[in-house]
Amino acid sequence: MSAFWSAWVSVIALAVILGCTWLLFATRKSEKYKESTEEKVGHEFDGIEEYDNPLPKWWFQMFLATVVFGLGYLVLYPGLGNFQGLLGWSSHGQWEEEMQHAEEVYQPVFAKYAALSIEELQDPANETGLRMGQRMFANNCSVCHGSAGTGAYGFPNLTDSDWLYGGDPATIKESITNGRQGAMPAWGAVLGEDGVRDVTAYVLTLSGADNVDSQAAERGQSQFQALCAACHGADGKGMHALGAPNLTDSTWLYGGSFEQIAHTIRNGRNGVMPAHQNLLSEDKIHLITAYVYSLSQK
Amino acid sequence: MIKHETIEKNIGLMILLIIIVISGGGLAEIVPLFFQSSTTQPIEGLRTYSALELEGRDIYIKEGCHVCHTQMIRPFRAETERYGHYSTANEFVWEHPFLWGSKRTGPDLARVGGRYSDDWQRAHLYNPRDVVPESKMPSYPWLFENKLSGQDTAAKMEALRKLGVPYTDEQIANAREEVAGKYEIDALVAYLQSLGKLHSVYTNKR
Repeated sequence: MSAFWSAWVSVIALAVILGCTWLLFATRKSEKYKESTEEKVGHEFDGIEEYDNPLPKWWFQMFLATVVFGLGYLVLYPGLGNFQGLLGWSSHGQWEEEMQHAEEVYQPVFAKYAALSIEELQDPANETGLRMGQRMFANNCSVCHGSAGTGAYGFPNLTDSDWLYGGDPATIKESITNGRQGAMPAWGAVLGEDGVRDVTAYVLTLSGADNVDSQAAERGQSQFQALCAACHGADGKGMHALGAPNLTDSTWLYGGSFEQIAHTIRNGRNGVMPAHQNLLSEDKIHLITAYVYSLSQK
Repeated sequence: MIKHETIEKNIGLMILLIIIVISGGGLAEIVPLFFQSSTTQPIEGLRTYSALELEGRDIYIKEGCHVCHTQMIRPFRAETERYGHYSTANEFVWEHPFLWGSKRTGPDLARVGGRYSDDWQRAHLYNPRDVVPESKMPSYPWLFENKLSGQDTAAKMEALRKLGVPYTDEQIANAREEVAGKYEIDALVAYLQSLGKLHSVYTNKR
């Protein structure tokens, strides 16, 4: 703040306080009338009159106390332009102190668990680490994956053994750190509506559905091999490297009914797992990984 | 010595004195802020909202999101741990009006951009309880039906430019095309994903 604005703030702040103090004394009744009198103000409404008494002493003194408080505050805390106050307090400084204190308390705890591998953290002896991971999962991940990690429509269940990108510790950590971008293209324009329904019928047979039109499924099979097998594999068992789901099991991220699968094929799916490397520290990601890994190990 | 009676019986004088007393606060606390580089200079690398994000911002205002959500992270550890770096004045120099809010029924959104996927934001706005069972946020299904025409977008950007937001002629010329035909939900999600992402000075690591 420039010297001018510093002076501007200081002068006005002090002038207002002093001005109020002056007003307080100036409008006070003279010494003579400090005590109650029988004198009336002089107006009357419905027979009600008002004594012309001074401000009660306690009230007057309370005003003075606020003046003293105000001046005291300006001496101790920053309020007068560039003057930082005798306590040297700042909101930024207070925040840094809090952060530093937290660092001293929590860093050793995080460091202890960061030194252990994800597998070692599964040991009941390190239960506290897993519980820390659970709390951080609740704060950061449960919004999409659910508080129990069981997922929701469009958000994968983390408690089963069916993984889009792989369920080993390193892959889980990679998914959390750098995020994932699903890339199922929309095939509606390529296949046409009949083609979409044929492929849907075939996809349903992969997971053992028996109530599908077998002729349609047969037509869909060749389309599947031409268009879908590149990611989902010729056998439809999916591919972790691409995040292409296994179509032969009963786990469906976007629903497994005929219409839901047809919708997925027609319009594509582009689910995103946000990258957390810029949101959470490595040590926190490590513990969350350990917790997520534990969910499918039970 | 003036008497209390003098002031009380001269309403003009009383008004004058009241104005003098209360303007003291504004003159000392507000006026200097218009002349400080920390409040008038944008943070390094700050970008403007795109036309679609700007429309999303207006939907945010229209639906009253700011009534329950703040966009102001205070410098307390409890807040920076949850939301990221605390907010600073130079992040808001192009905000007209400010959407800081004053009440948090829901969480702060100042740096919500990138925390959740677009799909999640859409699912959550369609019916919050589909993804957060205990949520009491209202559902906004009509955002998925209302289309934007983009008719006023360029005019809004012109108005903002008069207030100092550095929109280029090109941005204004393309505004309508960028917005027209999009659904309100597209604009709102674009806006939400931009929050905290308009510059990259602060890491939002927690």
